[in-house]
Amino acid sequence: MVNFRMSENIKIAFTLNGEVVNLEVEPDQTLLSALRDNLGMTGVKEGCSIGECGTCTVIVDGKATKSCIALAAAFDGREIVTIEGLANGDQLHPIQEAFIEKNAIQCGFCTPGFIMSALAYLEKHPRPRREEIRKAISGNLCRCTGYEQIVDAIEYYANEMEEAQ
Amino acid sequence: MPLFAEGNKKYSHINKFCPRVDAKEKVTGRADYAADLVFPDMLFGGSLHGPYTHAKVKRICVEKALAVPGVRAVLTYKDLNKPFSWGYYTYMTEILRYEGDVVAIVAADTKHALEAGLEAIDVEYEELPAVYTIDEAMADGAPLVHENNEDCAGNIWSHARCKVRKGDVDVAFTDCDVIVEREYETQAVEHLYLEPEAAVAVPEKNGCMTVYACAANPFFGRRWIADSLGIPRSKARLVQTTIGGSFGGKEELMGLTIGRASLLADATGHPVKMVISREESIVCSSKRHPFKFKYKAGVNKDGKLQALQVTLIEDVGAYHMHEFMSFRAVVHAAGAYVIPNVKVDILGVFTNTVTSGAMRGYSSPQIIYAQEQFYEEVAEELGMDFLAFKKSNMLHKGAIHPCGQELNEEVILPEIIENLCAKTDFEGKRKKYANQTGDKRKGIGMSIFHRGCGLGNESIDASAAYICVHDDGSVMVNVGLVENGQGLHTAYSQIVAETLGVPVEKILVNKVDTNTILDSGPTVASRCTVMGAQSVRKAAQELKSYLKETAAMMFHTESPDQVALEDGMFILIGVPDAAIPFHEVCNVHHWTGGQSGVMNWYKPPKLSFSCKTGFGDAFPTYSYSVCVAEVEVDYKTGEITVEKVTSGHDVGTVINPETSKGQIFGGIAMGQGFAMMENLAIKDGKIRNKNLDTFMIASSMDTPEMEAILFECEDKTGTYGAKSLGENATEGVASAIINALHNATGERINKIPINKVKMFELLHK
Ligand code: FES
Ligand code: FES
Repeated sequence: MVNFRMSENIKIAFTLNGEVVNLEVEPDQTLLSALRDNLGMTGVKEGCSIGECGTCTVIVDGKATKSCIALAAAFDGREIVTIEGLANGDQLHPIQEAFIEKNAIQCGFCTPGFIMSALAYLEKHPRPRREEIRKAISGNLCRCTGYEQIVDAIEYYANEMEEAQ
Repeated sequence: MPLFAEGNKKYSHINKFCPRVDAKEKVTGRADYAADLVFPDMLFGGSLHGPYTHAKVKRICVEKALAVPGVRAVLTYKDLNKPFSWGYYTYMTEILRYEGDVVAIVAADTKHALEAGLEAIDVEYEELPAVYTIDEAMADGAPLVHENNEDCAGNIWSHARCKVRKGDVDVAFTDCDVIVEREYETQAVEHLYLEPEAAVAVPEKNGCMTVYACAANPFFGRRWIADSLGIPRSKARLVQTTIGGSFGGKEELMGLTIGRASLLADATGHPVKMVISREESIVCSSKRHPFKFKYKAGVNKDGKLQALQVTLIEDVGAYHMHEFMSFRAVVHAAGAYVIPNVKVDILGVFTNTVTSGAMRGYSSPQIIYAQEQFYEEVAEELGMDFLAFKKSNMLHKGAIHPCGQELNEEVILPEIIENLCAKTDFEGKRKKYANQTGDKRKGIGMSIFHRGCGLGNESIDASAAYICVHDDGSVMVNVGLVENGQGLHTAYSQIVAETLGVPVEKILVNKVDTNTILDSGPTVASRCTVMGAQSVRKAAQELKSYLKETAAMMFHTESPDQVALEDGMFILIGVPDAAIPFHEVCNVHHWTGGQSGVMNWYKPPKLSFSCKTGFGDAFPTYSYSVCVAEVEVDYKTGEITVEKVTSGHDVGTVINPETSKGQIFGGIAMGQGFAMMENLAIKDGKIRNKNLDTFMIASSMDTPEMEAILFECEDKTGTYGAKSLGENATEGVASAIINALHNATGERINKIPINKVKMFELLHK
């Protein structure tokens, strides 16, 4: 394959879903592109490419991050979790179970982004009110569900977590 | 009371919640959307759009583009064997008719090379005069969007013609006590499915072309492949990928993308992936038709509607494929009311703007917004309470529909209205809100509407299903209609489970592969459960009869009628403990040569309505809905808050209450956007707000409190008595909001969307 661009690639390493990965990225390559194109993490979606829809959300060092507006080269040494990192084989993460149980999924294109945003938020705010959940996920758009059952699922998961403690 | 409650109808697998069968792949990120696919030696494809809304290509030079390292092919209209595509759009064109038209396509090794290749194409244009609005397009001497086109009379599209003719409105109007006339207008609306269009075309060694695409209409997809390459349909194959939303939209741009990817794959001999950017998707994909409405009603002092005349004018945009919409539009133009004399006409007008197409409701959201406000205005002119007026004219069992159809099935509108009025304290609030003062004023509004189920005489509503059992007892189902998020595979799994008598876990419904099932038409018109599932049910019934023969043999009984299949067990009726697990029968069935697969076909009975006569039975049955919206308006700022929407729908039989409610919630958000937020800033035919920073849809902070209420009835027309829901869910929301705004402010809104600024102007005019 011929790459006509002459700019130097950059070598980086980060932790992806618990494992260290080494990769070479182009200087202007987004984190989204690195995750999808170099690392095959296609659960990270591209809905707008300008940071407005949230479908590309991943968790970086505990924080929900829109990977389409982040340059991959800046993530050397960071810890990244994508939707692919949640289930343990066939064993789903409880928030994934909650999304299924509460029918929070339709076309599913927004689903990974919502799950990542919700997880990052709940990590720091374990007992949210419904209004707070709405606010916490307001950077993620969904065209199918009207958000109602997504909020139900996140609330259900948060309650389950609290009961488990 | 026809209010849904689990167990009301005696079913085992439908009529109750079942988790979505596609949920696991979707929550884990494993679902295969088209943009995720990778093939060996795959190239990247892209399109070059012109800078004008109406122009002719004078010169196009591709040499420089071909010289870009990594560029493998550059194609222009000169490489095509005909100017138009299947469906009258253009893959690449010499004449640009709107800003989404394409002059060249490129395939390259990398995305960077693709970009550089597109940039290196040298084009010289001659700009042509253009028309951007219905009025401009219909003016004398207007520039023509399509020159020398036999489908057009000037800019008027000859095919967008349908009508209703019942009684004689001209005579009736002369006898009426009161005549009311109003005009309304609606905007173009973007679908904004979160997944933009994507396709991968893969040339096969045997000369076939396979395209993987998020096509909501796989058999149309197959046509676009065959049409673009000039190959027989038997050599074209469309494989559906997971669809990230469609709402009627993944059709035209999707089809063109399928055609363009096929052309590039054919030219290069490589798989070619085309992923449409959000900007390209907004600029090029079809939109909900903008409409202008003229309503004229004649009523008598007793409050009875005598005559209705409606003219609907749709802005078709630059190209067309939607003559069918004219049918649905005219049939629903009068709404859910009994009117002896009806005359409806529709006109489609070409403009040099984005093309119009199907979007959730296919004319009904626009029409219901106009008509449900109109009838309130008629009641006002009569000095009557609008709800009393509407109720006294409402459709009922045995009534004659405005198109002439006798309604032989239940019409449960009175029950739905009563329920929603009680739930929302509709009458109480309406009176309370009528005379408010102060800066913040509340309002409550209602819409009452109906929807013809399935396609009716709009188009062919036939579909296929193939079901087989394997010798291990697992069940596989191939269908011709697509899961696009609405929950179809879950509904089909539940329907197969109900019919066969095996648990949902044993059943796998496959996505559409056009090589494995007959052309079942498009996934549109909320037809897939009410009508599309009939073939699924029939195939399962037939398969079950074969399996029962084997089970009878295993029970050593003569008659398969002695055998039943329940909960995954074959039993011998009346003989305790005589039971054989499903999989054991399937195994013996296979090894004794039993037929283990069935293809079935369902075509609904013929109906009599035609666009030529404008009279007759238009749909097999109708579903009925009521929507109530509660709003608050800030007089100081014009700010509108939708506080609550309560939405009640007659769905005949609920297949899955949670997925049904999901449709209703999503429909409310979309309907609210239609009424208030979603406006494409189109200036001189060009869309200015091309991405989500400037084009807004509701976020989780914008949606109101919602309540979804499901009703059932005993109408047997649809599969297990089910009716349509997906589109109804959004159709009446805007009109309920607009009527609520009238209750709050006393103002009528004859053009939507209504935003804060427009509201402020209206309040302080
Ligand atoms: S793709 Fe990143 S926010 Fe939309
Ligand atoms: S489920 Fe389709 S966008 Fe959210």
